Amino acid sequence: MNARDAILANIRSALAGSTPPVLPPFAYRRAGEMTGEELRARFLDRLADYNVHIVRLRNEAEIPAALADRLAANGATRYVAPADLPSAWRPAGVEALEEVDGAPLSHAQLEATPSVVTGCALAVAETGTVVLDAGSHQGRRALTLLPDHHVCVVFEHQLVETIPEALQNLIGAVRDGRPLTFFSGPSATADIEFDRVVGVHGPRRLDVLFVQGD
Amino acid sequence: MTALDFTARARTSLRDSQLRRNIAKATSTIRAKTARVAGELPDWEALRDAGQAIKRQTMAELDRHLVALEASVTAAGGVVHWARDAAEARTIIVGLARQYQAGSVIKIKSMTTDEVELNPALSAAGITPYETDLADMIVQMAKEKPSHLLVPAIHKNRAEIRDLFLRELDPAAIPGGRLDADPSSLAKAARAHLRAKFLSTKVAISGANFAIAETGSVVIVESEGNGRMCLTLPDVLISIMGVEKVLPKWEHLEVFLQLLPRSATGERMNPYTSVWTGNRAAEARAGDGPQVFHLVLLDNGRSKILADEVTRDTLNCIRCSRCLNVCPVYERAGGHAYDSMYQGPIGAIVTPQLRGFEEAGSLPFASTLCGACQEACPVRIPIPNILTHLRAKVVAEKRQGLGALNGENLAMQAAKAMFDHPTLLAMALAAGRIGQAPLVRDGRVTHLPPPLSGWSLSRDFPALPPESFRDWWAKREPRS
Repeated sequence: MNARDAILANIRSALAGSTPPVLPPFAYRRAGEMTGEELRARFLDRLADYNVHIVRLRNEAEIPAALADRLAANGATRYVAPADLPSAWRPAGVEALEEVDGAPLSHAQLEATPSVVTGCALAVAETGTVVLDAGSHQGRRALTLLPDHHVCVVFEHQLVETIPEALQNLIGAVRDGRPLTFFSGPSATADIEFDRVVGVHGPRRLDVLFVQGD
Repeated sequence: MTALDFTARARTSLRDSQLRRNIAKATSTIRAKTARVAGELPDWEALRDAGQAIKRQTMAELDRHLVALEASVTAAGGVVHWARDAAEARTIIVGLARQYQAGSVIKIKSMTTDEVELNPALSAAGITPYETDLADMIVQMAKEKPSHLLVPAIHKNRAEIRDLFLRELDPAAIPGGRLDADPSSLAKAARAHLRAKFLSTKVAISGANFAIAETGSVVIVESEGNGRMCLTLPDVLISIMGVEKVLPKWEHLEVFLQLLPRSATGERMNPYTSVWTGNRAAEARAGDGPQVFHLVLLDNGRSKILADEVTRDTLNCIRCSRCLNVCPVYERAGGHAYDSMYQGPIGAIVTPQLRGFEEAGSLPFASTLCGACQEACPVRIPIPNILTHLRAKVVAEKRQGLGALNGENLAMQAAKAMFDHPTLLAMALAAGRIGQAPLVRDGRVTHLPPPLSGWSLSRDFPALPPESFRDWWAKREPRS
């Protein structure tokens, strides 16, 4: 018997005679209850808790100036941009390293560029989590991994309150075979004495440009 | 039972006061954090109920879910392998690494690869395994064993790690040869040391926190970004998971992504979670992740654990390590006393079932049965129940084996005969009242002669009273 059939046969004989338990109805929250203002406050509070630098914007038109400011503050004269990063977001006078289909940037190029700018798929207020799903304005995964500084644009209408709502919204991307990356603050470790420090292999600085309004 | 059992190993670690300080400091820090973030969710108990119910339901039809997972991973372009035991898993993975001509591999923290002793097998095949999780890297460099499920270098403090890094890290990672002992500087040095390896290594090996049968997706939950590096940059990704890690549906993940980080590191959410589905991402857009994905499904004793309805819940573990952090025995004895990559209360039930009682039969006894582990467990594994069940099995096995003539067994047989026969009991008590005289101090017996001296080392009991209850009952005046 091959390994597959042997393992399955062992499992079947181990389970023989026992009745599967009935799954009870779940009582945990699958939907949020917060109003817009509470939701926004909760998200920003959670981000601050993770040492994220937050910039609050009143509308999309304020993005280029805020971006220019954050890039300058991190000493970046160039940034990595997914090919579909909206031109309305791009600051004038800062060089964007374009990721164009068919001509991907090399790991060395990404590594040598100080910052990356992306949008996101959605964000979760209760945990301060931002999710990338390889969709619009995000590019492939390496783009947001190798530069040391990630600036992520999050619109208020992209907020959900809870993790269950986020996963319900992401099933389409998963069925399409798109990878997901959840990030909650910059990279961190608690491996030494369970003492949490920020900044290991992933981007060590994370900025969120939070655009209010629907 | 092995010559060197839990008690003997614990005695060694109890003498190391530095070790005890390191562990006590770390576990008290994490206990406070986990309690706070678990307590802030209004539906925490409901999430635990759901986690337990989903896991139990999954185990009850495990064969069906594994077949579904195999189909969905294959449909997404992945290659599924099955390994009956550790040797088969090693053969598969070493074979794959050879096939892709890997001179070295980068690894994401995985207890399953420790369980199958993959690293020595890779090294023997001329393939250098690089652990990339900070704590795993520390343990690997120090040539030690992990002492905690989640933070395997918890037994070392910052000064010890600094000294290790000065000896072992690429000198280029420590500019000027000066390194401070604060965790932040140590993390920075580790980043510099591993950077080149992330960028140049072609094959990565990972475990899996969850795999979704419905979609063929695999999930890695991590903090440092070493996981993202390994899952994104290499050409080939090989993941190994115990068969119990499968979840039937995508929606089940919403429960565990809440339970795991809050129980493990005491965060509302861990810094990074990656979800990938076969090699579809690489196919869809040039260079997004490994072009080749292999998934190894490991049994290695798990189907045997499944067969016993009492121990079956052992498989529900999501490896959060919260039971270690609340355990008074772990806090004092340390992880190395368990002699396994699975330590603490969960280790005391997992290890003997995976490795057998001959080797690990002392572990079910490494507990006071205080119940703190079950109370903390996010999927409500009844660890104390399983411990006592395993104790009974260990004793039964000893009784059947050559050990039937050992002192403990003979004493228990004698005790059974005595309690079965009132006359024998009365005689024994009478003899005891006379015999105990030299042992009694202030009405208590504090030291027994060998072979009982070990038992009385940490226990006192009251001296036998001058008159037994039976004697008193027989002598009393009838009421009516």
